[in-house]
Amino acid sequence: MNGISNSIVEASGLTKRYGSGNTEVMALREVSLNVVQGEVVALLGPSGAGKTTLLTVLGLIRPPDAGKIVIDGTVVFDGCLMVDARKYRRIHLGFVFQKANLIPFLTAAENVQLAMEINDASPHAARRRAMELLDYLGVSDRADYLPAKLSGGQQQRVAVARALANRPSLILADEPTAALDSVRGRQVMELFRNVAHEQRTGVIVVTHDHRALDVFDRALEMEDGMLRTSQSLNEEIRHKKNK
Amino acid sequence: MNLAIKDIRHNLGRFVLTTLGISLLLMVVMGMGGIYRGLVEEATLLVDCLGADLWVVQKDTRGPFAELSHIPRKLEYRVMAVPGVKSADSFISNTIQREYRGNPLRLTIQGLSWPNDRGQTLPIYSGRIIGQAHYEMLADKSSKLKIGDKIPLGKNSYTVVGLTYHMNSPAGDSMAFLTIADAQDVQFDISGEAIRTERAARINRLQSIDLGHIQPQMADRAGGMASGIPALGTSMVSAILVHVEPGYDPAAVASKIVSCWPDVSVYSREGQRELLLRGIERNRRQLGLFRILLILVSGIIMALILYTLTLDKLHDIAMLKLMGARNTVILALIMQQAQLLGILGLITARLLGEWIFPYFPRRVVLLQGDLIQLVLIVLVVSVLASLLGIAKALRVDPGEVLS
Ligand SMILES: Nc1ncnc2c1ncn2[C@@H]1O[C@H](COP(=O)(O)OP(=O)(O)OP(=O)(O)O)[C@@H](O)[C@H]1O
Ligand SMILES: [Mg+2]
Repeated sequence: MNGISNSIVEASGLTKRYGSGNTEVMALREVSLNVVQGEVVALLGPSGAGKTTLLTVLGLIRPPDAGKIVIDGTVVFDGCLMVDARKYRRIHLGFVFQKANLIPFLTAAENVQLAMEINDASPHAARRRAMELLDYLGVSDRADYLPAKLSGGQQQRVAVARALANRPSLILADEPTAALDSVRGRQVMELFRNVAHEQRTGVIVVTHDHRALDVFDRALEMEDGMLRTSQSLNEEIRHKKNK
Repeated sequence: MNLAIKDIRHNLGRFVLTTLGISLLLMVVMGMGGIYRGLVEEATLLVDCLGADLWVVQKDTRGPFAELSHIPRKLEYRVMAVPGVKSADSFISNTIQREYRGNPLRLTIQGLSWPNDRGQTLPIYSGRIIGQAHYEMLADKSSKLKIGDKIPLGKNSYTVVGLTYHMNSPAGDSMAFLTIADAQDVQFDISGEAIRTERAARINRLQSIDLGHIQPQMADRAGGMASGIPALGTSMVSAILVHVEPGYDPAAVASKIVSCWPDVSVYSREGQRELLLRGIERNRRQLGLFRILLILVSGIIMALILYTLTLDKLHDIAMLKLMGARNTVILALIMQQAQLLGILGLITARLLGEWIFPYFPRRVVLLQGDLIQLVLIVLVVSVLASLLGIAKALRVDPGEVLS
């Protein structure tokens, strides 16, 4: 690891509230975090803690109410959006969710290709890389199948391929293995770790699965909109890794 | 990668059915235009086919089609005497409705100026033109008559010797062609009983006045043939068709005729066409309004279909936005589907129309120019129709992928 200077994400003072008046919910309270290149971070916490909200804020899907976000050296948010969010997402960010959310009328390969084509890749180059990624994820034999014809695990691996397609600097994953059995789930987590370590990508994964914790470099815990480093969880990681 | 086509392939059944529905609507839109073109064609067909330069009709009437016109047949000879007139032929036209073999038979009978005109200018579908001065007939094939059919009209029967095609009167009836003498016989045919009654009535009228008593021999005349009574004797036709000698200006010949005789009006071929077209002007507006309504209906249906197609894809559209797709990608997806729907609908409509319209009782004429106009209208309508879906799609929040 190259050290703190190579931050992928530096966020500070992130605040996000939903609704107003009686129904106001403080989903994020002054959240700050730092993820370095090649680091795979687990984000844990009870339901409603604000984990998904943190990912949407970092992913520029729903900007925060206040705070500052620097991704890969670019100030993307500082009180207001500093970049074209959609363009930024397209080029620099990769997303994976609990559901694969593949486009149902495109085949597995086309779903991956599409991510590159909307980023102005030539169809030919996009196709080639899509096949490479599907191969890497072990689903190349299903490349020309529609999502409906794939198992949940296969769909999820296609979704991961899609998230990796444009070589993002930051991957945000929200319970990506919730729909998978523990073996498959672990495979996906290991995949993230390999990609992060090989391509110097930052990865933040929301998970509830303690069994795969040893795959991560670090664990963060959220509770009621606040983020903290959990000593016990990191202890658990160290313990498992040493086993 | 074309998302519009990929999506259509995925939802092929629904898209095909929708296209079919739209195409039926567009076929009716096209048909409405075609009916109007058919009306124009039928209205001006006879004028064009007869090819007369001038139409001499009863003074101040818009005859012989827009209005009844009666002029003495002898006018033919007067007109012939005008310098520049190459030929003058009587024209007689009247519509009859009879029963033939248990079916109603409606014919617009045209007199041909035998022996100059035997029907050689008419489009013959089968059989031959008229070969003798009496008892032969050409009929349009839309009358469903066959060659060899003998049609009893008045006191004689006329044999169908040839069939024409596309010869319909401005009112849409099938035309039949007889020699002018036969046509007059048919037009002025009166039953024996009616003649006897009329003759008896004439004798009665005569005897109720002094003249009948002073001149008894007049009663013999009154009880005889109508042509024997000088005041009633002239035979009447609807119009005289004039062909002008080459090198003469038809307008000059026309003004010559009008200045010579105050009892006639003269129309040029263009003037006659105009009269006929004015007669169908209301039809044109009527059909035009129906077309506009139908286009609106098609547009609304397209808009709703495109809207539901878009609603079905909202989640995917949110995902596209989340992945960072530009709005143009989403716009193209919806608008291309709209245009495909419109264009495929139009092509299907045209094919269906070409197949179905010939079975319609009146002519439906599909013109290339009208089709191009409709293509442009449909493109505009489909763009407008997609706006509803596009507005919805552009409002989708990418965060909805997560919910
Ligand atoms: N779109 C929204 N509108 C209003 N409130 C919201 C919205 N999204 C989330 N919230 C609220 O914000 C808080 C944090 O929600 P969030 O989805 O971030 O939690 P989470 O940690 O991801 O929970 P889970 O583990 O159940 O997914 C919750 O109280 C939730 O009710
Ligand atoms: Mg969540």
